[in-house]
Amino acid sequence: MLEAARYQSLGELLSDAWFRWKKALALLELDRGTESRRLSYEDMQREAARVASWLCRLDLSWERTTEVPPHPGLPSAAKGGKLRGPRIGIVLSNQSRWLIAASAVFRCGGILVPIDPKLAPEEQSELLAHAQVELLITEKPLLRRWKSRPPLPTLLVDGEAGEAGPELFVWDTLPEAPMPPLAARKRSDIATIVYSSGTGGRPKGCMLSHGAYLSQLEALMALYPLRPGHRVLSILPTNHAIDFMVGFIGPLACGASVVHQRTLRPEFILSTLREHAITHTAFVPALLEAIERSFDEELNKRPKWQRTLVDGIAQFNRLLGISPSSPTIAPLKRALGDHLEIIFAGGAFVDPRRAERFYALGLPVVIGYGLTECCTVATLQDMHPFRADSVGRPLPGIEVRIAPLSGTRLDEDGVGEVWIRGPTLMSGYLDDPELTQATITEDGWLRTGDLGWLDASHHLHLVGRIKNMIVTPGGKNVYPEDIEKAFEGIPQVDELCVFASGYVWPRRHHLTQEVLFAVVRSRLEPEHLRSELAMRNRNLPEHKRIQAFVLWRDPFPRTASLKIKREPLAQALRERVEPGGSGWMPLITTSSSPCAFSELRSARASENGQSRRDGIRVAGHHQS
Amino acid sequence: MKHEAITERLLELAARRFGCSRELLRPEQDFFEALDIDSVEAMRLLSALESEFGVEIPDYEVQDVRTFAGLAEVISRRVKHA
Repeated sequence: MLEAARYQSLGELLSDAWFRWKKALALLELDRGTESRRLSYEDMQREAARVASWLCRLDLSWERTTEVPPHPGLPSAAKGGKLRGPRIGIVLSNQSRWLIAASAVFRCGGILVPIDPKLAPEEQSELLAHAQVELLITEKPLLRRWKSRPPLPTLLVDGEAGEAGPELFVWDTLPEAPMPPLAARKRSDIATIVYSSGTGGRPKGCMLSHGAYLSQLEALMALYPLRPGHRVLSILPTNHAIDFMVGFIGPLACGASVVHQRTLRPEFILSTLREHAITHTAFVPALLEAIERSFDEELNKRPKWQRTLVDGIAQFNRLLGISPSSPTIAPLKRALGDHLEIIFAGGAFVDPRRAERFYALGLPVVIGYGLTECCTVATLQDMHPFRADSVGRPLPGIEVRIAPLSGTRLDEDGVGEVWIRGPTLMSGYLDDPELTQATITEDGWLRTGDLGWLDASHHLHLVGRIKNMIVTPGGKNVYPEDIEKAFEGIPQVDELCVFASGYVWPRRHHLTQEVLFAVVRSRLEPEHLRSELAMRNRNLPEHKRIQAFVLWRDPFPRTASLKIKREPLAQALRERVEPGGSGWMPLITTSSSPCAFSELRSARASENGQSRRDGIRVAGHHQS
Repeated sequence: MKHEAITERLLELAARRFGCSRELLRPEQDFFEALDIDSVEAMRLLSALESEFGVEIPDYEVQDVRTFAGLAEVISRRVKHA
């Protein structure tokens, strides 16, 4: 493993990795059952050299230097961190060329701006403009989604020679070239600008320094070291903080291999785990659930005595708190991949029962917690002992404290806002010192906006979100302000405010049961309003839909600048409304009758032998 | 195969797979909503459609598709190219 503490920049680290593990397998790309790319570290270096030398010849602002606004609590800013070089956007699905392109950008001294390929083109365009991106690296299917091409020089990773045009370049036509010299960067200089909130609202571009990533790498590898021979399956989008570390920087710094599967179909993920000897991977909880379902399907094919035996062994292991393999479990484990050592899980709430079951069957699920603002993870399970009821302990070098919500003392239950401090913190939000000041205290604590408590063994437990944001089971951040925009302009609706139920009633709502709902002041008949809301709801992606509404008579409390004061409104709701009780009006979509949903639900409940547990959808649809 | 026939087979398969009545499903419906499925289950629906129609549907082809009609459109294109 390369010693992260010795390096100044990600470019320097990756360059050493290419040199150190020349012949080892660096990248393996699969398209379903077919192997489409296989690159050793040496091959990866050669590919990166083509891109890097081409990049260096482009007329980009390589000499551009901007000071990171100073902040007393931020070490990188205090040490004179700078934004040096051009900003290069990458909008790509997971693939080996994502990693090669990013490595080339770091080698040349560019700042990488990774953007979620699943965002709408308009949203991507907004973020590219906000970050002042000068060059875009993307692929044809994503480019086709744009009405017109973004006004930027663009490199297509999958184009063919004939498709090149003015300002449109094709990866495969870039000539072989020697690697340009490494651009010198300091640990305090900015490596990436990563957007932590999507869309609509205020773009939050986290400036993450080389030092933040290197410190994160050091802390993570101290707990879960990788080595040559390990194979990491990269499934979460690489623009996501978790995969950037676990599916890119981490494995390459350790001589391990990164495997990409071009489809996210569970059956191919399972076959990849099995057939390509995957040792590590990171999942969001929704995927973990899919894997559990496949596991159960496999189990159900076996004779009853074997199923009983497996359950018995799992229970026995659970009692002893161990996770051994056994001859009975081994064939089942093989169905998921006999080499699998660890599944990292985060990005949303992980059902402890599911994590415990996996562990009892010999597959440790390591639960962690972090925000883009602090690189990747701040707390992580350390397996001493295995626990699924918390999001782990702070990583080495990271401090976590619980700040009182009001006054100077915590409530009796010890719940407060989770604050994080350490070298992995961002250097601030791009071009938004005001938001940076509001988010990071003068003595360097990041206010996460999450509610939690620390137990006696310093394990962190999350109980909800203090901010308006919630995280869906699929790992998506949802901002009520974004959703409100979709409901603007309904005739005779005077005011509308969207909340997550866990924000309003934090103590009574577990994260998995959070639903989004709207408080509405309207002159419409309730049924008419219901259908208007349902119609608008359908234009939203699944995870942003509201599930219920509450009618409100009084004007909303507002600030001088006419923004809704959410907390006083939430307080009034707490006093007057019971979630699910009177005044709580479930939303039914206009496209299906209530009977359709109840039929579906009862059919599926009997099929599964259990009711659904996937959180955010629970309250609304099935009510009549 | 005609577009209408593809749509019909698609709706039948969806109804069968998710245990609901075919009559309750219409082409213009959002399939996440009508079938009450999440994105992982939608992936499974796609796999079932691939074996039904003997085509391969890459993930990127369905990234912005939400309705049965949209799915049928993607399948029609793929069937033509097959």
